[in-house]
Amino acid sequence: MSALRVHVEGVGVWSPQLANFAALRELLDGIEPTPPPARPAAITLPANERRRAPESVLLAVEVAGQAVVMSGRDARNLACVFASSHGDQPITDYMCATLANAPGELSPTRFHNSVHNAPVGYWTIATDCHAPSTALAAQRASFGAGLLEAACQVVAERRPVLLVCSDTAGSGPLNEVTGCTQAFACALVLTPERSIDTLACLDMTLTSGQDISELPEPLSGWSRGNPSATALALLAVLARGGGHCRVDASSGMQLRIDTQAMVAERAA
Amino acid sequence: MSVPMNPLAVSAYTVTSAIGHGLVAHLHALEHARSGLRHNDFSSAPLDCWIGRVDGIEDRPLPTAFARWECRNDRLAWLGLNQDGFLERVRAARDRYGAKRVALLLGTSTSSIGATEESYRRLDADGGLPDDMLWPPVHAPHSLSAFVAEALGIEGPCLTVSTACSSSAKVFANAERLMRLGLVDAAVVGGVDTLCDSVLFGFNALELVSPEPCRPFDASRNGISIGEAAGFALLERADVAPHAPRLLGYGEASDAHHMSTPHPEGLGAELALRDALLRAGLDASQVDYINLHGTASQKNDEVEAALVSRSFPASTRASSTKGFTGHTLGAAGIVEAVIALLAIEHDLIPGNLGGDTPDAVCGAQFAWRNEKQRVNVALSNSFGFGGNNACLAFARAGFSG
Repeated sequence: MSALRVHVEGVGVWSPQLANFAALRELLDGIEPTPPPARPAAITLPANERRRAPESVLLAVEVAGQAVVMSGRDARNLACVFASSHGDQPITDYMCATLANAPGELSPTRFHNSVHNAPVGYWTIATDCHAPSTALAAQRASFGAGLLEAACQVVAERRPVLLVCSDTAGSGPLNEVTGCTQAFACALVLTPERSIDTLACLDMTLTSGQDISELPEPLSGWSRGNPSATALALLAVLARGGGHCRVDASSGMQLRIDTQAMVAERAA
Repeated sequence: MSVPMNPLAVSAYTVTSAIGHGLVAHLHALEHARSGLRHNDFSSAPLDCWIGRVDGIEDRPLPTAFARWECRNDRLAWLGLNQDGFLERVRAARDRYGAKRVALLLGTSTSSIGATEESYRRLDADGGLPDDMLWPPVHAPHSLSAFVAEALGIEGPCLTVSTACSSSAKVFANAERLMRLGLVDAAVVGGVDTLCDSVLFGFNALELVSPEPCRPFDASRNGISIGEAAGFALLERADVAPHAPRLLGYGEASDAHHMSTPHPEGLGAELALRDALLRAGLDASQVDYINLHGTASQKNDEVEAALVSRSFPASTRASSTKGFTGHTLGAAGIVEAVIALLAIEHDLIPGNLGGDTPDAVCGAQFAWRNEKQRVNVALSNSFGFGGNNACLAFARAGFSG
């Protein structure tokens, strides 16, 4: 089967330990990065939206903004694929608790923010983006499923795509089944053609198999604490300048990703 | 920017909603203008409104082999899969192509959140989820697709699209891209959403629920009626199913306007429509029927009626069928795609049930009563919260523009 080839022009990362992609590089190089403020800055949102935005929106918008700035592209032209295994867990916890105790008091704003596509909705509103946008879930394979969908759009439609994968920390009784011990989010700007802004080229092949890549230290426990952190398998390869990795794209399929860095080209 | 596509065969399809189980029940209800809406009898504290509730879910537990997936949404999914010989058609496709060469792409807005709601109503003394509700997959948005993948034995790419009320329209686009790139040979698409407190009390809090049966495009419409439904379709290459109706095109676009209110000029909806027509190689005048999103909310219907008026000649007929089914949210895309396919198969334009006093904003395109006429090309509109818009284009086998 021929590989899906896409090019990476921007990378965003956020977790309580990592302010951005550069911080991930530092961590992998054995340097303790300075942690970001507890609340993602999400400066792409207008100030009033930023103040009241739920955690899932802040997280996704923060990494999306980082990746788009790095790419130098206009966010209005990027199709959007936003993946999340659990959506906004604090809102789900609030909704279920309120419905159990006082359903008539449910907040209309929290309800419309509970939809899985709230982060991509707020992103398109903030960036005046009329391009196609979607919100996906695939249990613990949400990053791989999102990457496959984003790559399909890049290759089939010959257009640049913004991929975001994010999950909030767990909240309330729900955390017993989601097991999300901390927030994690990442974003990639993927394009069909190589350009002077290309950071890396990804060749992806859909295969069957079970043996996904182990995360390098000190990241090895991270994906247990947040399904979106499975993306670190690819992000670590990107941070180190190339190599290959495998991520789950569904319960039966994997993406094998061969990565070539293009740093020299960018510097030239 | 839309890339033209080769038409795909919709080689099998089925739907289960408040108007019945399977295609025949739907055709009969449409032919006789019989609504499936009833006064709300769902949940322990029913709101005073009307709902589109599917009969028989309570009496049909999942087969023992799937018992761990027990919840209303997966029950409805299983009920839906067992109509119209759909299960057998998928199994035949799986045997023909191989389980890894078939994709499963489903849309849902709330998946099995009803199970999480129930868990919170029965928390343990220590505040934890009850012991019988501790299976993690049922508490995640992907629950529906994970269950259906297991039930159908599909091992190919599998994901859940959750873009509110456009979810199960957009899965046709995901499937077409996977097939165009040769990553799979066939795809099962569709969606399921079930009644639950989250949507009943949520839409009520937004003051979008009508106390009466919904009246799409009526001058005195006053809100939606929430429904539940399951629908599925099997997509294959056109050459393997020469007589099956075709998916000709699709369009997707974003409003970039507001989380819960459509763009006042219907900008995203219009972009999705233009994208679908362009991709399908269609001129607006070739469209015989449009199944509208038509929720009976003030704003949606006003914006959508204006879009129809400015985009289509009077020979294009248009109606909402939410007066029959209620607004089935994440399942609305597949329910109404199937109704568009029924319109093509039976040359039936379903009347816009509930629109007894048409809003002045509606043009001559509106079919207020059933009409019998040749339908070669039918569109289906689906718009969701977050300004998420999709439009699907279907055609009779052998149609050539």
